[in-house]
Amino acid sequence: MSQFAINLIFVGGSFALYIAIAIWARAASTKEFYVAGSGVNPVINGMATAADWMSAASFISMAGLIAAGGYANSTYLMGWTGGYVLLAMLLAPYLRKFGKFTVPQFIGDRFYSSGARMVAVICLIIASITYVIGQMTGAGVAFSRFLEVSSTTGLMIAAVVVFVYAVLGGMKGITYTQVAQYVVLIIAYTIPAIFISLQLTGNPIPPLGLFSEHTQSGVALLSKLDSVVRELGFQDYTADVSNKLNMVLFTLSLMIGTAGLPHVIIRFFTVPKVADARWSAGWALVFIAALYLSAPAVAAMARLNLLTTIYPDGTAQSAIAYEDRPEWIKNWEKTKLIQFVDKNQDGRIQLYNDVPAFKEVAESRGWAGNEMTVNNDILVLANPEIANLPMWVVGLIAAGGLAAALSTAAGLLLAISSAVSHDLIKGLIRPDISDRGELIAARISMAVSIVIATWLGIKPPGFAAQVVALAFGIAAASIFPALMLGIFSKRVNSKGAVAGMLAGLISTLVYIFLYLGWFFIPDTASFANTPDNWLLGISPLSFGAVGAIINFIVAIAVSSMTEKPPQEIQDLVESVRYPKGAGAAVGH
Amino acid sequence: MSEQKFLNHKGPTVNDKNKSSAEQYWRANLRLILGCLIVWALVSYGFAILLRPFLVGITVGGTDLGFWFAQQGSILTFIALIFFYSWRMNKLDQKFNVHED
Repeated sequence: MSQFAINLIFVGGSFALYIAIAIWARAASTKEFYVAGSGVNPVINGMATAADWMSAASFISMAGLIAAGGYANSTYLMGWTGGYVLLAMLLAPYLRKFGKFTVPQFIGDRFYSSGARMVAVICLIIASITYVIGQMTGAGVAFSRFLEVSSTTGLMIAAVVVFVYAVLGGMKGITYTQVAQYVVLIIAYTIPAIFISLQLTGNPIPPLGLFSEHTQSGVALLSKLDSVVRELGFQDYTADVSNKLNMVLFTLSLMIGTAGLPHVIIRFFTVPKVADARWSAGWALVFIAALYLSAPAVAAMARLNLLTTIYPDGTAQSAIAYEDRPEWIKNWEKTKLIQFVDKNQDGRIQLYNDVPAFKEVAESRGWAGNEMTVNNDILVLANPEIANLPMWVVGLIAAGGLAAALSTAAGLLLAISSAVSHDLIKGLIRPDISDRGELIAARISMAVSIVIATWLGIKPPGFAAQVVALAFGIAAASIFPALMLGIFSKRVNSKGAVAGMLAGLISTLVYIFLYLGWFFIPDTASFANTPDNWLLGISPLSFGAVGAIINFIVAIAVSSMTEKPPQEIQDLVESVRYPKGAGAAVGH
Repeated sequence: MSEQKFLNHKGPTVNDKNKSSAEQYWRANLRLILGCLIVWALVSYGFAILLRPFLVGITVGGTDLGFWFAQQGSILTFIALIFFYSWRMNKLDQKFNVHED
């Protein structure tokens, strides 16, 4: 059977499973649609949260970025897990006690103002659409490879599938579908990792394999990798970074962004009790860690395998001849995500770091420039093929990658459509809209979001995980401070919250757009996105943390100069602090 | 007025004694959060990033302790922190009698 047929069986089979579960456990009422009857066990809820949370960024893109950046990109690992500590302690239990469905509802009620609710809706929509661009990028890469088409065609196919998937709608709200998606996703990620860890280190547990001995050379795996990349002019894999400020801010931005993203927060409404909201955050992180502890092992091992493929007799010997390249390189060349130019006309693939410091060595070896570019986003998907794993493992990773991308994209589109139809139109503009009208508005906003995200995804402002990191920066700068101040301060009032959210959102967006293009439209950036141009060396990916600090300062300063919130609001803040009398989550 | 409503309209009416106990509960919670966040910051921003140069002497599987914290240690610590916090808060909820029925 061909690889193509096996991919179709795995992808088709997993989708059939999700749809079957969705039909079996169909939501009986609107309330169940949103909060699954408030009766979900914290362990199951944690697993569903993990599926919701881990998207194309975690599954497809992250290990590739770590492979390319080494230690410096550990920020993704810490940033996308550390946020759960903040969620469990600073937000989840109190928002569960508050007991409404959506984040804009909390902000609107706590800051007793429809203006605050409107600003929260806008922040939510901007962060979510940016997030969807990242998902489309990742899903596009996956489709282009498995259907053997160009990456742009892959993106178009992804757009159609995501739209159909999201319009099927309630499926997303059903916790058990997400549990199935989690199981598919984690098996798909772990099995190739185990195989590769066994091949390279003899240790079947990838996180332990990462710090074990490389069987073939007898030295530690990471030492081996360091020496291989060094001989090709790259920085050591484990090398420290000089710009610590940027690394701290980037990690902080991802952490507080995690705690500010509405589609994650909403999951904590689905547990029966306040105490369960805390446990649930812990269980979510356990299930997320199952992937996040393997990811750095996948990254290091894939980088080593890739370079060993190109230099089969060691980096000191000549590179592989283009004629003899393995099948997976040929396959990925079709997607144009791997490109080869024989600059020195010797028929071999010289892959190295083409920097001035390495020029002398390169010239002495007769190299005339780096000849192969490999897109970071393909690494996880190509990983089983690079390691010569069986065809069914390749099919499995296709199913896992698409489950990750499509489930999160669909969840975000639902969050956008409910923000537009429920919070914006029904809540603020036309309260008398019919249910049917609300549904039509929801569908239209979904379609518009997909068109925008797909169009911007053709030439995305970065790799999938980087685009998603921008979404986190936006959520960090706008939503998290408003939620946290809403719970921990009785003094912050509506004027302060609105001014803070706008200051955080606008400063962060402007900084991002200056370097990555206005509204992410390609070729409209005001400055080249290089470290020399950044303000104090702060990358646009890291600026969300600065935006959040601006938000906190503005909100507190404006509140202290204006009137106290009314007594009933202070009582509301008091009441969310104590678990007693939480009851079930209610609609608006 | 406020002391009569602080527990939420669904909760029982409370007197001044309960109010000070509620304040104690909230302060205990804030202390616990602060302690956990210090550990949270120490393993990630501390050991894994800013203090890494000071930990280079401690080797872990071909690299140093800071690298291990950046790629594994901090994640494991985060999990332990959330479960520790949940366990302690459940005890506090019981002690101050603010747990759900």
